[in-house]
Amino acid sequence: MPISSTNKNGQSLLHMEGDMTIYTAADMKNELMTHMAQPCEREIDLSEVSEMDSAGLQILILAKREAEKHGTSLRLTGHSRAVLDVLDMCNLASYFGDPVVLSCNENKGQ
Amino acid sequence: MSLDLDQALQTYIAEARELLQDMEDSLLRLEVDPNDADTIGAIFRAAHTIKGSAGLFGLDPIVSFTHIVEDVLDRVRDGDVVIEANLIAVLLESGDHMLHLVDVVAAQGGQLDAEAIARESGLRVRLQAYQDDSEMSHAVQVETEIPLQSSGGGLVETDNWHISLRFGQNVMRDGMDPLSFLRYLSTLGEIVSITTMFDALPPADEMDAESCYLGFEIDFKSDADKATIAGVFEFAREGSLIHILPPHSKLTEYIELIRSLPESETRLGEILVTTGALTQQELEAGLSEQQTSARPDGSTTPLGEILVEQRSVEHEVVQAALDKQTQSKDSKNKENRYIRVHADKLDELINMVGELVIAGAGVSLLAQRVSDNGLQEATSVMSGLVEEIRDGALRLRMVPIGETFNRFQRVVRDVGRELGKDIELVITGADTELDKTVVEKIGDPLMHLVRNAMDHGIESASIRQSRGKSAKGTLRLNAYHDSGSIVIEIVDDGGGLNRDRILQKARERGLIAPNVTPPDHEIFNMIFEAGFSTAEAVTSISGRGVGMDVVKRNITALRGTVNLDSAVGQGTTVSIRLPLTLAIIDGFLVGVGKSSYIVPLDMVQECIELTENDRQLTRERSYLNLRGEVLPFVMLRDHFEVEGAGARRENVVVVTCAGQKAGLVVDELMGEFQTVIKPLGKIFSTLRGISGSTILGSGEVALILDVPSLVQQAVNRETHQVSTRQLTH
Repeated sequence: MPISSTNKNGQSLLHMEGDMTIYTAADMKNELMTHMAQPCEREIDLSEVSEMDSAGLQILILAKREAEKHGTSLRLTGHSRAVLDVLDMCNLASYFGDPVVLSCNENKGQ
Repeated sequence: MSLDLDQALQTYIAEARELLQDMEDSLLRLEVDPNDADTIGAIFRAAHTIKGSAGLFGLDPIVSFTHIVEDVLDRVRDGDVVIEANLIAVLLESGDHMLHLVDVVAAQGGQLDAEAIARESGLRVRLQAYQDDSEMSHAVQVETEIPLQSSGGGLVETDNWHISLRFGQNVMRDGMDPLSFLRYLSTLGEIVSITTMFDALPPADEMDAESCYLGFEIDFKSDADKATIAGVFEFAREGSLIHILPPHSKLTEYIELIRSLPESETRLGEILVTTGALTQQELEAGLSEQQTSARPDGSTTPLGEILVEQRSVEHEVVQAALDKQTQSKDSKNKENRYIRVHADKLDELINMVGELVIAGAGVSLLAQRVSDNGLQEATSVMSGLVEEIRDGALRLRMVPIGETFNRFQRVVRDVGRELGKDIELVITGADTELDKTVVEKIGDPLMHLVRNAMDHGIESASIRQSRGKSAKGTLRLNAYHDSGSIVIEIVDDGGGLNRDRILQKARERGLIAPNVTPPDHEIFNMIFEAGFSTAEAVTSISGRGVGMDVVKRNITALRGTVNLDSAVGQGTTVSIRLPLTLAIIDGFLVGVGKSSYIVPLDMVQECIELTENDRQLTRERSYLNLRGEVLPFVMLRDHFEVEGAGARRENVVVVTCAGQKAGLVVDELMGEFQTVIKPLGKIFSTLRGISGSTILGSGEVALILDVPSLVQQAVNRETHQVSTRQLTH
C-alpha cells in the first residue's frame, strides 16, 4: 500500500495505490498517521484503490476524525469504484462530506 | 457465507460424539493415573471444542452447560482442583448429559424433557462445588433462565426489521469482513437505511488497524424470517453484539436495545429516529416510561438485560435452525480422517466385485478349455488381481472390534460401582476385524453377557477372599480369528455356574427328562433357554431370566453360535462364534453325481480317499478311522438324495468346526473356488445343511454346505448309534 505524497500550494496531496484491506491496514495506518501529523490541508486521492474492506474503511474514518481533531481538513477525491461501493453501502458519503463523490460517480458512469 | 450450515452441523454432531467418547476414555484413564497432565489437557480441549463449536451453531443449551464443565476442567488443569473419584463420577455423568444434549438439541432439534432438565440442574449443583467462587457467580448468571421482561407500551409503527450490529474486535482477524455480511444481508432484502457506528474507534495511537471497531444500525425490509436473517451473522456471533428486532416489535424492545448498546442513549435515539425505525414520540414515550420504572443507573446496562435481549433472539433462532436441520438430517457428514461412504454404495461395490469374480471364473474355465497357454497365463494374472480387489473391497467393510470393546470400560466401571464390586476389564485382541454390520449387531448381546458376568459371575470381594482369590474380579473380553469365523470370548473369574442347580431347574421345567443326565456343557447351555434364570435374587441389572435367550437368538440371526463353559470356583467363559463376512468366501468345490457343492475352504482340513475297505465298513458303522481317530461322517449322496449310483472312487473331505471334526463323503474333488454367496430365498429357510448358493463360471448353480450343522448332525448320529448299540448289547 504505497502512499506517495506531493506538496502543492501548502496543501498535501496523498495518493493511495493498491489494496486498502486488512492485509495492508497496519502499514497503511502508520504511514497515513505520519502524514496526518503535519498541520496542513490535505487531500487523499483514492482513484488507484483497487480493493477496500472494513479495515480500509476504518483507516479512512480514523484519518477523517484525526483531521477534525487537529482542526485541519481532509478531502477525499477521485474515489475508485471499490471505495464508492463501500461508502455507499455504509452510507458514509455524507460523513466524509466530499462533493466529489457524486461527480465522480457520474464521471465513471455508474 | 456460501457454507451449508446444515452440513456443517452434521459434522459438528459427529465430531462432538467422538470428542465425548474421547473424553470418557480419558476420564477413565485419569481414574487410574490422576496426575496425567496430557490426559487432563485432552479432556479440557474436548470440552472446549464442543462448547466453542456449539456456540457457532447457536446451540445454547450445550454452550451453557459445557461452559461449567469446561470451567471445572480448567481449574483441574491449573491444579486448583484435585482429581478424585467423585469429581470423575460427576464429569462422567456430565459427559453423558452432554451427549444427550447433542442428541436432543443438535441432532433432533428438540428440547430437553423434564427428566433431563432435572438431571442437568443436579449436575450443575454438583459441578459448582468445584468451581471458583468468583466464576461461579458469573456462571450462575449466565445459566439462569431470565424471563423476558413483560412488555409495556404499544408496538412501533415501522414494518422494517431493525438490526443492531457491534462487531467483536477479532472479527477481521478471524478472517471475516463485516462488509461481506452486509453484502450478504442485502441479498435477502432491501437495506432501507444504514448508519455506520464508529464511536468505538479509539484514538489513533491506540487503534489497532487489524481490530474491528465498527458497528451498524440497519433498517431492513425483507420477507425472510428471523432465523435466516440471524443466520447471516452466524459466524460473527462470538464476541459481537447482534440484535435483531422484527417488524412491529414492542417499543420496550427498542428501548432495551438502546440501553444495551455501548453508545449513549441520546445518540442512538437520534439515529433510530432519523433512520425511521422509531418516531420521535415513540422514543420519548419509551424512554420516559423506562426511567420511571426504578432504575438507579441509566448509563450502564446490567448484564442481565443484554442477556434478555440475546436470549430472546437466540431462542427463536435455535428453534428454527434446528427444525430446518431435522429435515436434512440424512445429509452426509465429513470427518477429518475418514470419508463417510453410504453403506449402500459399499454394498453395491461388493456386489459388483462378486459378479466380477463369477465372470472371472467363467473366463478361466474357457481358457482352460481352449488350452491356449498365453490366454491361460493372462487369466491367471487377472484372477490374482480380482482376488486382491475382492479382499480389498471386503476389507472396506471390516472394522476392528476394539471400539466396541472399549465401550465396556465404562459399563464395567459403572456396574461395578452399583454392585459394590471391584472389577477390572482386560481387553485382548482388540484389533481383530470383522464386518461392520456384525459389529453393530453384536453390541447388545455383548452388553447383556458382560452385565450378567458381573452380576452373577463375579462374587463379592468378601466371598472371593474367603475362597482364596484376589478381591479384585477380572472380566476379560477377547477376540480372535478361527477358521473363517471370529470368536469373541467373555471370560470372568467368578464362581462359575452351579451345574446341579441348572440341572434341577431344567428338570423342574421339563427341559430335561428326570432320568437323563446330559454332559456338562449341554447343561450349561440350558441357560440360553427362554425364561431360564438360576439367580436367587433379581437385581436391577440381571436375573429376571429374560435376555440369555434373546442373546442366543440375536447371535443365531447373524449365523453365529454361542457356547458356554464353566468351572466351579474358577469362572465362566462364553464364546460367541460369528462368520467373518457375509458376502464372499473362499470355497472348496466338490461334486456328487452331477451336482456341485461348496465347502468353505477355511473349514477344510484335509482330503482323503475312501478306501474300499472303509466303504465296506460304513455299512456297519457311521465313523471312519482317521489315523486312529474316530471320524463321524456324512454321505452327501444319501444326505441330499442324489440320484444315480456312487462313483467308482469316493473321497472324504475332512472338515472341522468349533473343535469337532467330521468327514463329508463326496464323489469328486474339484478344487478351490471363489464363492459369492447368494442367499437362498425364504422358501429354503427350513432346509438343513445348506447355507446358500452360488453360480459357477459355467453358469451352473452350486449349493454352499452349512458345515456346522452337517458336523453336528454327524456327531449326533454317531453318539446316538453308540448309545443304541450299548443298549442292544
